[in-house]
Amino acid sequence: MPDRREITVTINGESYTREVETRLTLADFIRHECELTGTHLGCEHGVCGACTILLDGLSARSCLMLAVQADGHEILTVEGIAPNDDELHPLQQAFQDNHGLQCGFCTPGMLTTLLEFLADNPDPTEREVREAISGNLCRCTGYQGIVDAALDAAGRLRGATDA
Amino acid sequence: MKPPPFTYHDPTTVEDAVALLAEKDNARLLAGGQSLMPMLNMRYVQPDDVIDINKIAELSGIESADGALRIGAMTRQREIEFSEAVTAACPIMHEAILQVGHRPTRNRGTLGGSLGHLDPSAELVSVAMAVDATIHVRGKNGSRDIAMADFPAGYMTPAIELDEMITGATFPSWPDGHGYAFIEFSRRHGDFAIVSAAALLVVDGAGKVERVSLTVGGVGPAPVRCTEAEALIAGQTGSEDLFREACETCRKIDALEDVHAGKDYRQHLAAVLSRRALVKALERTEAGHA
Repeated sequence: MPDRREITVTINGESYTREVETRLTLADFIRHECELTGTHLGCEHGVCGACTILLDGLSARSCLMLAVQADGHEILTVEGIAPNDDELHPLQQAFQDNHGLQCGFCTPGMLTTLLEFLADNPDPTEREVREAISGNLCRCTGYQGIVDAALDAAGRLRGATDA
Repeated sequence: MKPPPFTYHDPTTVEDAVALLAEKDNARLLAGGQSLMPMLNMRYVQPDDVIDINKIAELSGIESADGALRIGAMTRQREIEFSEAVTAACPIMHEAILQVGHRPTRNRGTLGGSLGHLDPSAELVSVAMAVDATIHVRGKNGSRDIAMADFPAGYMTPAIELDEMITGATFPSWPDGHGYAFIEFSRRHGDFAIVSAAALLVVDGAGKVERVSLTVGGVGPAPVRCTEAEALIAGQTGSEDLFREACETCRKIDALEDVHAGKDYRQHLAAVLSRRALVKALERTEAGHA
């Protein structure tokens, strides 16, 4: 008999209650059970960073957690970053404006990782940005557009706070 | 579904976790999951029972007392990174933790997980070796302490019983004004180190080395203290030339070999990084500033 449990996880402000096998990863829970396929799975062993989500505000690899471990916790995925359906978050807008994405596969992890990083460090240097995304692999952009976007976003977010 | 089938347990006390460990024949403890989860996803390990210790509150925390830091096994690497107590009492640990993986992995990864996994190049294991930490474990027959020097039983194998778990570790502080450095060589920032070096130094007013500790990681099956180099340095006046000569002995360590680097290269890095760590540590001593 598979070991199953009922869990309730809040994702992007919405509550999801499902009965799942305890061996289900959080990433597969988000994608298959909650049908939020914005969170991407690259390597599934914690190296590529594509599946990075925010767990109670802190970034984490969703492939390296069991869904049952998120029971009662709050998660933010890429779908929850924009303020509404018509508007992008300043970080997302900066990615669009600076060619911070090409195929888009790494983008959900880049955005969640940078969202946490820019909250902790609102005025980073280029080197700090590169270090912050060193756990996120991108095979298209050569990273320059992503670094430019992050620095641009930092400025926009500081402006938003100052105003 | 990547992980193999298992029965999941989430005890809330060490007592319950230890009872489960004693009762289950093929169980694994799930701490931060940054090593066990990849192994489960790839089915390198196939436990019948997974005992998740994330809900055991008593295993988390950092205490600074009696010239030492006591850190609970489930303390996240993030907490160590941002702890003022750690930076004050064990600055080499702060320097090392910044080189452990990435922010998303440090948010989950734990001290106990690193110690128990015992990767040959794990930064926290090297720090424990460098400062002669004591590892606290508990099993069905009670608690015991293990000196870090006796903790590695072999490659990625701690000297603890199958029914024992790590509950925390104590890291003795070095005196005020000591010098320290933790440096590593890896292909990219946050990757596993190919080789790392941890150095601690106390020098007197005349520049004579009163106390020295030198550890290299990623060379032997577990991080090793370079006792021969330490003996050549102790009592001498600290200088780059002295360190260069002493660190040549680090080439003698029987080195691991893998796809990233061969024996010769690791031995070369052991000598070079050891010297650089000692030089940096010397610059940071009170006497080095003067």
